[in-house]
Amino acid sequence: MTAALFVAQRLSAIVLAIAVAAHLGTILYAVRGGLTAGDILARTHGNAWLAAFYAAFVIAVAVHAPIGLRNVLREWTAWRGTTLDLVMAAFALGLLALGLRAIVAVFVA
Amino acid sequence: MIRAAHRQPGFVAALAHRLSGLALAIFLPLHFLALATALNGAEALDAFLAVTRNPFVQASELGIVVALAIHMTLGLRVLAIELFDFRETTLAALSACAACAFAVGLVFLLNAG
Amino acid sequence: MLSVDVWRGTREGRFQAFQVPRRENQTVLDVVTEIQREQDPTLAYRFACRVGMCGSCAMMVNGRPRWTCRTRVSEVAGDGHLRLEPLRNLTVVKDLAVEMTQFFDKWRDAKGFFEPGPQPAKEFATVPPATPERQAADAGIECIGCGVCYSACDVVAWDKDYLGPAALNRAWTLVNDVRDQGNDARLRSVSDDNGCVACHTHMSCTKFCPKAIAPTYAIAGLKRTVLRRALRGGR
Repeated sequence: MTAALFVAQRLSAIVLAIAVAAHLGTILYAVRGGLTAGDILARTHGNAWLAAFYAAFVIAVAVHAPIGLRNVLREWTAWRGTTLDLVMAAFALGLLALGLRAIVAVFVA
Repeated sequence: MIRAAHRQPGFVAALAHRLSGLALAIFLPLHFLALATALNGAEALDAFLAVTRNPFVQASELGIVVALAIHMTLGLRVLAIELFDFRETTLAALSACAACAFAVGLVFLLNAG
Repeated sequence: MLSVDVWRGTREGRFQAFQVPRRENQTVLDVVTEIQREQDPTLAYRFACRVGMCGSCAMMVNGRPRWTCRTRVSEVAGDGHLRLEPLRNLTVVKDLAVEMTQFFDKWRDAKGFFEPGPQPAKEFATVPPATPERQAADAGIECIGCGVCYSACDVVAWDKDYLGPAALNRAWTLVNDVRDQGNDARLRSVSDDNGCVACHTHMSCTKFCPKAIAPTYAIAGLKRTVLRRALRGGR
């Protein structure tokens, strides 16, 4: 990766370390005895702070995953160069779009 | 079958980190799509969750939870080496990471009944 | 008797089988030398000092990059079998001898050479050995360029342009050399796609270095320096 991608990867990793720990903790607690949509949505609807947390989570993921995937593809396949970079950028935007849409679904709708 | 020079903790860690990352990269879009079914109301999400109650999906869920935990613990190991000049290289340190990840999986298994 | 499979050829080739008597305190270099002198004079291989100082005898022994003069047969051929191949990740010249040019070109590309700056120093630099920078430099300066770490590295195998552990380790010793004036250019050279950021901490280099140098930690140091510079807005 270029230095900029490396920095973004490591910084997003630090954000994700916190977010994943929080997410795993809450999910492991919340799934006790089964989980319904009603349970989830009751906790999340209108919860602005939680929505902000998950938005930060989604942004960090949208930065972190495509950069990692780019490394794997460059090293384990013959694919590299501008086309790979563009496809990875598209993957990042896709993750961002799907992630924010999921947040709207769970926190707003 | 496995190259001799690869039978060492650092390579195992890097490979587990990479494979778990790939699994997560594939899983995440699906996770976002699943959650977004709530756009059509709680019933839509419930209907989707019902579909996922089969053993294959539940095993995959367990796998993804463990993959997430492994990716995080091994990622923390990399950050420790890179940012804090951490120098522990033994299999023991790696086993600690794996143990944490599997503990998380176990908790998930016990809770998701 | 030892049964020894030796690579013959260049990139294309085959393994040739030899039988060599086991001897006390035998090293792998002893084995290769006996094969070439007593059994097949067409075998090409390298050695020089034969006492673990020059690094010329490096090759793959049972899949691991090692100095053959410092590898006891008893240590690696418990089952009586040796497999000898040229160093991985380098072009094979013939049999067990490889072309080291690419290895040293990357050393140059990583700016692994001292840059005195436009003006000669007016006085001797005072460098206390106990300072953190000097200790970091000292940890890596014993490298003799044998190529074992380069051959052990998977990222080099996966990405032909990756500068590799030796070049980056050398760059780190110079980043820590308070007399050096070339760190802007050096850090730029080691921070792009082919530089320190491509290391995935497999630590094979550190595991196999015969001089107990740890290129992984040198590369981690470069990564920290790259991060710090980026966060301060510099390049």
